[in-house]
Amino acid sequence: MSQMSPDITPAADNRPHAIRAYAPEVLRDALRKMHLIRRFEEGAEDSYMRGLIHGTMHLSIGQEASAVASCLDLGPSDKITSTHRGHGHCIAKGADVGRMFAEFFGKETGYCRGRGGSMHIADIATGNLGANGIVGGGLPIAVGAALTAKRLGRPDVTVCFFGDGANNEGAFHEALNMAAIWRLPVVFVCENNQYGMSTSVARSTAVPRISDRAAAYSMPGVTVDGNDFSAVAEAVGTAVARARAGEGPSLVENLTYRWRGHSKSDRNRYRTKDEIEGWMARDPIARFERELIAHGILTEAEAEGIAAQAVAEVEAGIAFAKDSPAPDVTDVTRYVYAGAA
Amino acid sequence: MNAVAEVDAGSRVLSYAEAIREAMALAMEADPTVILMGEDIGVYGGAFQVTGDLIDRFGPDRVMDTPISELGGAGVAVGAALTGLKPIFEFQFSDFATLAMEQIVNQAAKLRYMLGGEASVPVVFRMPAGSGTGAAAQHSQSLEAWFAHVPGLKVIQPSTPADAKGMLLAALADPDPVLMFEHKLLYKMRGEVPPGHYTVPIGKAEVVRTGRDITIVAGAIMRHRAVEAAERLAADGIEVEVIDPRSLRPLDRDTILGSVRKTGRLVVVHEGVKSFGVGAEISAMVAESDAFDFLDAPIVRLGGAEAPIPYNPDLERAAVPQTDGIEAAVRAVMARAV
Repeated sequence: MSQMSPDITPAADNRPHAIRAYAPEVLRDALRKMHLIRRFEEGAEDSYMRGLIHGTMHLSIGQEASAVASCLDLGPSDKITSTHRGHGHCIAKGADVGRMFAEFFGKETGYCRGRGGSMHIADIATGNLGANGIVGGGLPIAVGAALTAKRLGRPDVTVCFFGDGANNEGAFHEALNMAAIWRLPVVFVCENNQYGMSTSVARSTAVPRISDRAAAYSMPGVTVDGNDFSAVAEAVGTAVARARAGEGPSLVENLTYRWRGHSKSDRNRYRTKDEIEGWMARDPIARFERELIAHGILTEAEAEGIAAQAVAEVEAGIAFAKDSPAPDVTDVTRYVYAGAA
Repeated sequence: MNAVAEVDAGSRVLSYAEAIREAMALAMEADPTVILMGEDIGVYGGAFQVTGDLIDRFGPDRVMDTPISELGGAGVAVGAALTGLKPIFEFQFSDFATLAMEQIVNQAAKLRYMLGGEASVPVVFRMPAGSGTGAAAQHSQSLEAWFAHVPGLKVIQPSTPADAKGMLLAALADPDPVLMFEHKLLYKMRGEVPPGHYTVPIGKAEVVRTGRDITIVAGAIMRHRAVEAAERLAADGIEVEVIDPRSLRPLDRDTILGSVRKTGRLVVVHEGVKSFGVGAEISAMVAESDAFDFLDAPIVRLGGAEAPIPYNPDLERAAVPQTDGIEAAVRAVMARAV
């Protein structure tokens, strides 16, 4: 290439992958979803503090690029399985924040009619097979969903989200092995946010990179900056295309960080203020927004409009949830079995 | 049982294992979403030869040998059921379901409820269970009560070839997860099995033998021991009513309570460990109902010993109820000697 004269070399396109590969409206919608996730979780946190939501919740603030970019190439019939830190996945796959808030508020209008809450939120209609209260619980289920697609000859792909903590569960290893031997259309997306509750990956995991484990199951494994929207979109997009082409599973590790604690009971004793602030300076939303503006996809004014729209949507969602009816307590055993309504 | 009665004409004698295989084959012929999963169920034919030659008829894509990964395999079956397949997952031994409790108890049982009725998990787990094969403590357990404790699961326990076929077909038509416990000593037991498709309803007990003096509730292999004991007792003029619950969750409350109201005496027999078992549930159900007023003697439970299943054959027999023990228990109740 160095021998070529500059005048016959095509103009190198050094723009990030996502800018090159996706239409502007797709990118703007991705930014909208990232803002919506952030505002949704802040709204949920605020509602929790006000006593409107009980129990606990696991916030993914700081991980929005991973959720949205990983779902970019998925259509409504594609599936995801999610985790206890799953609000972002749910919104990325197309859920309505009003029904999500209603679920958190324990209302009959919620996605699970108030029976599931934050940790079991799902939206079967948009292909979200559900968050999961069990670390690693969704991994074999995702493989099963991929088996259905293959068996029925459907082009659907399943994206299986899990955290770094799950990579030491037996279910992770069993699931990856079966996906590989049966060449199933599933993409394992590890959101490595550095800690399984308080235990760091370095202390819990025998390999330096979780994606190294892909080699044990004869599948591609790649680690990317999970706060770089474009890098995630490229890595997961490649894996989704490979799965859709019948070439089998892949493992993508998105390195990211949760700004908040593990759950509402976390006192953050296992990490430093400097570390948290260092990651907050790498805000995936601000970064993606700057990128879109720099490449002329978005104006400053449009960016402000998208952010304001997310605020309004969250406010409307909270109002919907507050106004929704609670379940009838005499219905406590309803939905245990089909037809037992 | 009405469906069985209608097709009795063409019945043949099949083993319990053959009856299950016939049910699976019928279901697979009728519904392309039915698949079989399990360890060594393909060319090996299953550890107890239940799947047998089905791989030759339906191929390896529908008769899937899984790796030795009970947790993952059960989870794949759950995920497949959640998205449109109807998997029948064979645990090689029901003991190995302990490795898959997460997927059975946390996922399959709860998904419909956690999702407010929006999810359905129509999976069938086949559970070879019970002692008497010399396989000792980790291959001989009767864990059905564990699963019957979990709302969202259905637990069935057919004890004849005809029921095994009809209940498996009922389980496949059921939109909820069903665990079918198959006592290993029954696999070679032979009996009349109607041809074609029929179902034996889940949640309906069978009155195997009618009698006025005492009720025995006994399922799986214990049903057959109870009938044998009842025949011996009849020679002495003791008329035993034997009820096979067939289904533990849901339990056929009406049939059991009706019988106790009639006989006024109850012995419950099962192979699972006695304490905190199925017998405790049935006894409590009677004690909490108006049937309590009809009791003429204390309820007696016979169950597995408070020990793992031992290897030595004499110890193994001693660890679970046998016909002699059932007969003795009935005589003791009749004599008010308990």
